[in-house]
Amino acid sequence: MRLPDKTTTIEDALAGIADGATVMIGGFGVPGTPFTLIHELVRQGAQNLTVIKNDANETDMGVDHLLASGQVARLITTHIGLNPRAMALMNEGRLEVEFNAQGILAERVRAGGAGLGGILTDIAEDTELAEGKQTLAIDGKSYIVETALRADVALIHANRADAFGNLDYVATARNFNPLMAMAASRVIAEAEQVLPMGGLSPDDVHTPGPFVDHVVELTQISEEYAIVRR
Amino acid sequence: MSDARNRMVARAAREIAPGMVVNLGIGLPTQVVNHLPADFPVCLHTENGLAGIGPTLPPDRADRNLIDAGGAYVSTVPGSAFFDSAVSFALVRSGRLDLTMLGAFEVSQAGDLANWKVPGKFSPGPGGGIELAQKARRVIVLSTHTDRAGNPKLKTECSLPLTAQGCVARVFTDMAVIDITPGGFALVEHAQGVSIAELTEATGAPLSLPTGDIPTF
Repeated sequence: MRLPDKTTTIEDALAGIADGATVMIGGFGVPGTPFTLIHELVRQGAQNLTVIKNDANETDMGVDHLLASGQVARLITTHIGLNPRAMALMNEGRLEVEFNAQGILAERVRAGGAGLGGILTDIAEDTELAEGKQTLAIDGKSYIVETALRADVALIHANRADAFGNLDYVATARNFNPLMAMAASRVIAEAEQVLPMGGLSPDDVHTPGPFVDHVVELTQISEEYAIVRR
Repeated sequence: MSDARNRMVARAAREIAPGMVVNLGIGLPTQVVNHLPADFPVCLHTENGLAGIGPTLPPDRADRNLIDAGGAYVSTVPGSAFFDSAVSFALVRSGRLDLTMLGAFEVSQAGDLANWKVPGKFSPGPGGGIELAQKARRVIVLSTHTDRAGNPKLKTECSLPLTAQGCVARVFTDMAVIDITPGGFALVEHAQGVSIAELTEATGAPLSLPTGDIPTF
């Protein structure tokens, strides 16, 4: 018995993403952002996207290319303070932005990936983020219902992958990647290194292969992934 | 950094007790670590997935995959751990975070904190700030005493959208150390060279004074 090989070209991995699709994108700032997959999404040109990502990267980096090309209608995120374009588009009403508390975005994605309908939390109960959301009382305490998030596509940056799609991450490049890798119908992972089957020890796998649909080996690391000098 | 701000940050570092798990917010709070002894036993947490932050590194020694939540290139220490964003906030929400130090736009006399949105002007989003403010066991604010226009940041009520209600225990500013008590703002210490009259003038709510000599920092 052998496990199936999911390695493919980047063009085939992203082919056919429809207009109006919901796309999860891993990363927190630079680390873990799938810069190369994002460029391919720009090149293929799907429009009217809902993007779910922790942040909007910075000018000329990552998600900013999708904003510049006008492909994003809606952004579900936690913080866009380092991207002036995102803030300007939001203020002009050309980009719908839904802010979440960061750990609640993580849990909503995790719930989506775990086949759950949502989570109950008291986080943000004192804030305008709670406005209009359903609440439930459990043992006399009120909780906000935060619905699960799933996507049509997840774009993931891994450190290493094997051909089956087992993934590992390094350092703070992990962040939202393993959560989003469970929460989409089509999960596409770019990996800095693709190993032969068995190249990752089963104990070292962060995202198990059955969650992953396509594995794309990076022939070079995007220059956007270099050290940012401020 | 001004001398008063530097003394404020140094004074705030004394709030960190040995053995604590601590999250230092972006901006002034991040500077607090510079005033701890190198071998001080504390676990610094950053919400992008690291417990055990080590020293900040210059670009030529930085790891492109290793930053803190403010984007600074940091390092690990013996015993550090990496984790995903769900685990990172499980740590915060479940009460494992002993202390957080955050910046502020406004703090009310009831300890309400506003630090994520100025409607129509600046709306970067809350990031992890809501969970830190709502769930850390102790929330300390580090901030200038007034905004750039000279208006008080310490007020009877916040006018900006809230981050969390009643969360702030103590405020460190370039003018004073102030506790939030059931009776409102209570002066603990004031900065050298700042008179009580100046302090009262710069504070947008009643400020109760301790009896006896008031310590300075």
